[in-house]
Amino acid sequence: MAYPAAMKREMIALAGIEIELFEGGDGSPLLFLHGAQGFMPKQSYVGQLAQRRRLIAPSHPGFGASGLPLWLDSIDDIAHLYLELMDRKRLDRVDIVGCSLGGWLAAEIATKSPERIGKLALVGPVGVKIGPPDKLDIPDIFAMSQDKVARLIFHDPEKSRLDFADMSDEELTTIARNRETTALLTWEPWMHNPKLRRRLHRITAPTLFIRGASDGLVSQSYVDGYAKLIPNAKVTTIAAAGHAPQLEQPEEFTRVLFAFLEA
Amino acid sequence: MKAWHFSETAYPYLPPESDYESIRVSLPNRNYDPKKGAALYDRFIEEWQVAEAEGVNIMLNEHHQTATCVDPAAPLLLAALARVTKTARLLILGNPIANRRQPVRVAEEMAFVDVLSHGRIEAGFVRGVPYEISAGNSNPVRTNERFAEALDLIIKAWTSHDGPFSHEGRFFHHRQVNIWPRPYQSPHPPVWISTTTPSGAMRVGAQGFVQATFLTGYDGTRKVYDSYRRGWREAGRGQDVPIDRLAYAALVYVGESEAEARAGAEKIMWYIRANKVPQHFSFPPGYAPPQAFARILRGDVGDQHANFSAKATVDAVINAGLMMAGTPDQVYAQIRKLYNHVGGFGHLLIMGQAGFLEHDETVRSIRNFARHVFPRLKAEMPDNAISGFSVAPEKAAV
Repeated sequence: MAYPAAMKREMIALAGIEIELFEGGDGSPLLFLHGAQGFMPKQSYVGQLAQRRRLIAPSHPGFGASGLPLWLDSIDDIAHLYLELMDRKRLDRVDIVGCSLGGWLAAEIATKSPERIGKLALVGPVGVKIGPPDKLDIPDIFAMSQDKVARLIFHDPEKSRLDFADMSDEELTTIARNRETTALLTWEPWMHNPKLRRRLHRITAPTLFIRGASDGLVSQSYVDGYAKLIPNAKVTTIAAAGHAPQLEQPEEFTRVLFAFLEA
Repeated sequence: MKAWHFSETAYPYLPPESDYESIRVSLPNRNYDPKKGAALYDRFIEEWQVAEAEGVNIMLNEHHQTATCVDPAAPLLLAALARVTKTARLLILGNPIANRRQPVRVAEEMAFVDVLSHGRIEAGFVRGVPYEISAGNSNPVRTNERFAEALDLIIKAWTSHDGPFSHEGRFFHHRQVNIWPRPYQSPHPPVWISTTTPSGAMRVGAQGFVQATFLTGYDGTRKVYDSYRRGWREAGRGQDVPIDRLAYAALVYVGESEAEARAGAEKIMWYIRANKVPQHFSFPPGYAPPQAFARILRGDVGDQHANFSAKATVDAVINAGLMMAGTPDQVYAQIRKLYNHVGGFGHLLIMGQAGFLEHDETVRSIRNFARHVFPRLKAEMPDNAISGFSVAPEKAAV
């Protein structure tokens, strides 16, 4: 796989787990936490972020080339792992961008060590339960066809969906493994940690929720309710984008993000 | 050879297949009429009693949220059968312990029914088919690991008699395990495990439990049994693998005439045909290895149900070794052919009722099998044989 020239890949051991870590660019550090799709360094927003910041992007355990020990089964486990990553990389204070389940992960980290987080950007994040018990906040993506999932995720599924037919066996196996790890981490309780909403008040970092206007997984009311649980949080919307605005509107995404981070 | 009458207690009175997305998990239960369901249970239990009267043992299983097998709590039906039968062995195959949250409770249920039946229980355990994942809200990842830990804990609960022990494992925790009653059979009921893969069969062989495989046909079954035997030998259990360690499940219909058998066989095909399930329920993430899922993403697998149903004729499934159907002589020859091909097996699990096969039709086949096929199997395929033999092809083609 070819990476943008700026991004370097290494394997580092954290708590005995081999973690794939991408790093590149100059400037103040920005920790990027990917969503269920995994981190794909070829995607155009990656290069845009690395042009202005030192981008640090791990593949979570069980994603990409990172290991997955039997003991690990929660977003909370990974949050502790990345506090260790911040120690290792001497990141006393860092901005974090987290997408989808990476947003959940970023919020968990920020509740554990609020003083180490500069700014927090949560892109279509999951992680809390906002609505009533008899209605799923996040649709059950494992009980619907891949076509329907694509329609919920993307503003323009025809343009944005991955073309599996063109991929190598290795790439497809990575996608399948990413999906498996997503199930492991999010299955029950579905896409949330019931304790997280009781901890979010600890976050001190200015927080921006970014939601694609066509996101079929994370609704506007979910994001609004999530933001109310964090003391200094705002919500913004990106038009003509779904659950992954960094993919469907990379220019607008980086513009909104940097406007927040550099304000 | 031992034979077992197996019924999935299906509910066949469904709308046309085109009217629903899936026969499992999501089919609304407004399609289930409890009065019709009650009548079905009456007749299915009666069919098991007929099997017992004919010297055939009894087998049942468990599935959830599906019309194909309306037995979501098999230990309950097992308890009912324990009271309306007297002599038959009662095989539950099986308890889906990767999806059960309390293995100790499963140990209690099996011990209880073992006592209730005066020691007639054969306790089977299954990982559970993929469609059980959503119904059980069970994490599809690490089902093999949960299965293994649960089984160890159950056997320990059955065989510990000196007061409480504790278990603090990876998946299950229990501080005071001390089940009452303990099992009737000593040290515990025979354990059966179903797997359809060679890697799974290796593990079962190493443990020495009875290995059942379902509808794996000629070559698939041979591979599973070879793996079982390899696992058995490598674990130091000896060179000879007893034939009573191996079981095969097939659709069976025995008629007095070819025409009668063909009519029954066509009806019993419901078991194979009525299985419309979309891919998201058939292939939950983590149930199969990522490499297998990659092939699905690429589209190499396609709609298995549509592909299989289109090709599934009575002749095709007989030729594949999934079904034995015909006159007693024909059915004997079909069983013999498979038996020789796979190196023998000690248990024939007879899927003897499915779909719209009526009560009298089901009973006729049970009796035709028991009276005109089974005696030859018992005489020629003894329970004390050693599995894994080879038969020259010309002799195998009876």
